[in-house]
Amino acid sequence: MTRIPIVDYLVLEPEPHLRAHRCEACGARFFGRRNACAACGGTSFADAAVATDGEVTAFTIVSFAAPGIEVPFVAAIVDCDGTTVQANLVNTPADPDHVHLGMAVRLATYSMGEDAEGVEGIGFGFEPADAAVAA
Amino acid sequence: MSAPAADGIYILGINMTKFGKHPDLDTVDLGSQAALAALADGGVTVGDLGVIAAGNLLGGPGGFGQMLQKQIGQTGIPVYNVQNACATGATALRTVIMAIKAGECDLGLAVGVEKLSGAGLLAGGSRKDDDGTWRPQGRYGAIAGTDGRIGTVTMPGTFAQIGMQYLHRHAYDGAPFELFARISQKNHAHSTRNPLATYTKELTLEQIMGDHMVAYPNTRPMCSANCDGAAAAVVVSGERLASMSDEQRRRAVKVSASVLTSDPWTEGCQVLPDVNTLTRDAARQAYEQAGVGPEDLDLVELHDCFATAELVHYDNLMLCEPGGAVDFFESGAPFRDGSLPVNVSGGLQSKGHPVSATGIANVWEICHHLRGEAGDRQIEGARIGLAHVIGLGSACGVHILEAPAA
Repeated sequence: MTRIPIVDYLVLEPEPHLRAHRCEACGARFFGRRNACAACGGTSFADAAVATDGEVTAFTIVSFAAPGIEVPFVAAIVDCDGTTVQANLVNTPADPDHVHLGMAVRLATYSMGEDAEGVEGIGFGFEPADAAVAA
Repeated sequence: MSAPAADGIYILGINMTKFGKHPDLDTVDLGSQAALAALADGGVTVGDLGVIAAGNLLGGPGGFGQMLQKQIGQTGIPVYNVQNACATGATALRTVIMAIKAGECDLGLAVGVEKLSGAGLLAGGSRKDDDGTWRPQGRYGAIAGTDGRIGTVTMPGTFAQIGMQYLHRHAYDGAPFELFARISQKNHAHSTRNPLATYTKELTLEQIMGDHMVAYPNTRPMCSANCDGAAAAVVVSGERLASMSDEQRRRAVKVSASVLTSDPWTEGCQVLPDVNTLTRDAARQAYEQAGVGPEDLDLVELHDCFATAELVHYDNLMLCEPGGAVDFFESGAPFRDGSLPVNVSGGLQSKGHPVSATGIANVWEICHHLRGEAGDRQIEGARIGLAHVIGLGSACGVHILEAPAA
């Protein structure tokens, strides 16, 4: 079955990870298509694999969102060895008793379902590092 | 009465409308009301103006400034229509100040207005089209809407994370929800003395924490109140002011610093907006321009678009030691009877946040106190005040104002 990541900076093979654009002049890292480096103006970028383990440095539990978005969900900012990443926290209850600042997390992917042509969309989030590894 | 500094900049007249619901007034009506009242407050007329800067985000296409002129006076002067997110009002004010400093004219009007009553969540939403196939689109090659799937970009969620990030960086070991709710409680208590505020009810901690959760730790009363409102300021050069009446000179408020910054790049700032660095930069520049320090301030109106935002700006505006925002709050300092009252107007959570008006309305609040005209909520003897706004994206405006010379 063909798979497609939710965003182009999620790399599925060989192991799922996030890929940043790293400015070759100053080392600043970005996600998404770039025109130039916002830190130094450089225009050369190289791919950089982002660490899949990280620490939650901020989070919120969103209870009120636009129509079509399932709530509540935990939105978090994760420090992955110096690269700041935004993601939902997954595989944990969305309440302040189960989510805390400084918690150790790791990248996790999940199926978003198949489209009309049988292509499976793959999403990502971060799960507690002490969660049992899914079979 | 001492003479105004020839190269100084002064607020000659200023006004804010009642914030709240104005179903029978449109954007131009509200803007006209504030503009005409600001001109009257300054003892001048539209014919005296050399420039207008007009701020509005949601009033629809077309130049709001020109639409305003068509109601209050088409005199042929240049109009700058400005937009800078929630810093739009401060940007309009700064634009007029720049024109006067550049010597293009010596009297100008800044006006900001928004109709937001009944508006819901600002920013965020799913992609609409769905033809049944995953198709990468946009700068991230996304196959689906990312808000809610890859974190959140809603305002309440973004600012919730900004507040939580501060607590993480400074190793807070208390209860975040209650801390932020108590900050909100302060501002709602302050609002009871402000007849122009949208909400003027004191709320208990239980009421605040028990209300609808929007984005933990921000419940509904901890979010800025969507409302309608306008504010306008007439700005004059010191040289022109010197030729004006004693009454005009007596009430003119000196703008001793006017600063606008954008966010310099910091790691992660394109993932979670860094509202801290540009605010610190603006504050530093403003204190330097004004020749005063945070210890000289008598009151501050800062951009508490959410309870979580107020905390970080205590630190960013250097009202406390670096990392000391929680201690600053716990000391009682930012309460109206404390050592440095913050948001005695009720702030955006209760006074309301008609986006483009906010950056002038907070200057109005400060001027009101410096002129000794704030009635029930007057901070006695106030001589120097600071007004701060931030527009996510980001733009930060800081103005420092000084009382008329006695």
